[in-house]
Amino acid sequence: MLLLCCLALFPLPVILLGQDYLLTLGTRILIYGLAAASLDLILGYGGMVSLGHAAFLGVGGYTVGILAFCGYEGRDLLSWPLALPGTENGLLVWPLAVALAMGFAALTGAVSLRTRGMHFIMITLAFAQMVYFFFSSLDSYGGSDGISLYGRNHLPLLDTGSDLQFYYLCLFCLGIFLGGGHRLVRSRFGRILQGCRQNELRLQVMGVATFRHRLLAYVLAGGAAGLAGVLLANQGEFVGPGMIHWTRSGEILVMVLLGGMGTLVGPVLGAATLLTLEEYLAMYTEHWMVFLGPFLILVVLFGRQGIYGMFHRSR
Amino acid sequence: MLFFEQVLNGLQLGVMLFLMSAGLTLVFGIMRVINLAHGSFYMIGAYVGATVTAWSGSFLLGLAAALAAAALAGMGVELTVLRRLYGRDHLDQVLATFGLIFFFNELTRMIWGRQPLFMDVPSWLAGSVEILPGIGYPAYRLAIIGVGLLVALFLYLLFSRTRLGMQIRAGATNREMIAALGINIRLLYTLIFGLGTLLAGLAGVMAGPILAVEAGMGESILILTFVVIVIGGIGSVRGALVGAILVGLVDTLGRAFLPDLFRLFLAGSAADRLGASLASMSVYIFMAIILACKPAGLFPVHE
Repeated sequence: MLLLCCLALFPLPVILLGQDYLLTLGTRILIYGLAAASLDLILGYGGMVSLGHAAFLGVGGYTVGILAFCGYEGRDLLSWPLALPGTENGLLVWPLAVALAMGFAALTGAVSLRTRGMHFIMITLAFAQMVYFFFSSLDSYGGSDGISLYGRNHLPLLDTGSDLQFYYLCLFCLGIFLGGGHRLVRSRFGRILQGCRQNELRLQVMGVATFRHRLLAYVLAGGAAGLAGVLLANQGEFVGPGMIHWTRSGEILVMVLLGGMGTLVGPVLGAATLLTLEEYLAMYTEHWMVFLGPFLILVVLFGRQGIYGMFHRSR
Repeated sequence: MLFFEQVLNGLQLGVMLFLMSAGLTLVFGIMRVINLAHGSFYMIGAYVGATVTAWSGSFLLGLAAALAAAALAGMGVELTVLRRLYGRDHLDQVLATFGLIFFFNELTRMIWGRQPLFMDVPSWLAGSVEILPGIGYPAYRLAIIGVGLLVALFLYLLFSRTRLGMQIRAGATNREMIAALGINIRLLYTLIFGLGTLLAGLAGVMAGPILAVEAGMGESILILTFVVIVIGGIGSVRGALVGAILVGLVDTLGRAFLPDLFRLFLAGSAADRLGASLASMSVYIFMAIILACKPAGLFPVHE
């Protein structure tokens, strides 16, 4: 809660100082925070280490991109079996994008969740690669260069073009997810999910249909990540396969770990830390990644609870 | 005839994937560590090989240097980082080795710059060989296939005929027991890891003349390597061989012939688009099918 208030108040000093790029940074932090929090749902609570989370971002983002592109070009996405014109209308595109992301999560989850451990990690990675290659090969929709959007999706009541309003929109989405997620993990569903992480066999012996629960969690996380993808595409007014590259999945995973697994709020802090570090380290040296690598290794080896854990020792 | 050439190309890719995946599957199976940085050793092999070859003019010297560099780097990484990851959960391993990827990629860019390096095919392997009357195939690629098969034979002999191989196999089955029997497990692990990275370096230096030697090259082959291991069964070198050849063939033949195949059934640009997309995804679809039937891979290692 405290975090959300901080985030809500964040733009004020930013505007006063006139540093508009900080607002962009803040928006990106919110969006990646949403993606990381959704990963935390399945990872921190469900124990499913997915290296393919960026695929959902891609599905969401590309839905926005492709539909907008069709709108510019004035042609239909599909002429058969039904005519689907391109559109920039947020009310149509956004739910569709989230639905597609959830559908993709359901399909791949049904196959992936039958595996465990290392197999699961690699099969999620491979599915994400499949999505990456799929979108890279769509030459008519940008191919490996991606699609540039001329503007953000239109939503009623808001001027999405205004960075400030868009920031609050992202904050709203993140808030809903964090709030809903908070309730979810404390419900029976959430307890079953955590039980799956701890000892799935025991749950199955007790008669709980664990596969269904894990799949549902996976689908929910996929949908939330799809929404993050939609926001990301709108924020940067660009969609490209780079959004789906497996290093992107890895970055999100890093954010979860850095901020604190199993807390939902932690990953948002992790996103903030990582993105801020990227911004500022890049100013000092072009080769900042040489330091990020060992730093990450040290965090893994020695820091267990992440940043959130540093503040909340009682956990 | 084009088909036969593509089959050979597929074999060549398969052999390279085998070199990469043999080491990685051993590390997974015996040491239970997920090493995302395996591609970095491939890259080190390629860079060192390219540099030494250019400097000395001798491909063989470059090859030897690449192998040494990859093995040493591997053992160094094992001693410093990997050792602390045994027994940790997978997430920690993924993240730590991810950090290694960042580090090595950037280090390579710092030392060698951002421009890709070029490596020439050695003059005694340039030119083509006539394998069937009227069909020529690049000698260098045939050499790669040959080397790969030799390595497979060597590994087979190593595992089944030598003491070291026996220890490795025992370690794969029951780690604690062989430590209790007095075998130096730590040294064994370091050696296994070094062997794995040596093979990756070999793949890298052989790939040098064919592909561009640049900082991110490890990533693209690493994904395919994972697919091979998942299909073949984690911990099984035999599975790695079969999986690698299958993946190499599926990927190459898919990319070569799927677009044409689609043009037979569909017309126009839809066929091209669909064919091209499916071609690049063919390996992953293949993997999904295999995993749907056999979730543990083709040759799962039993415990």
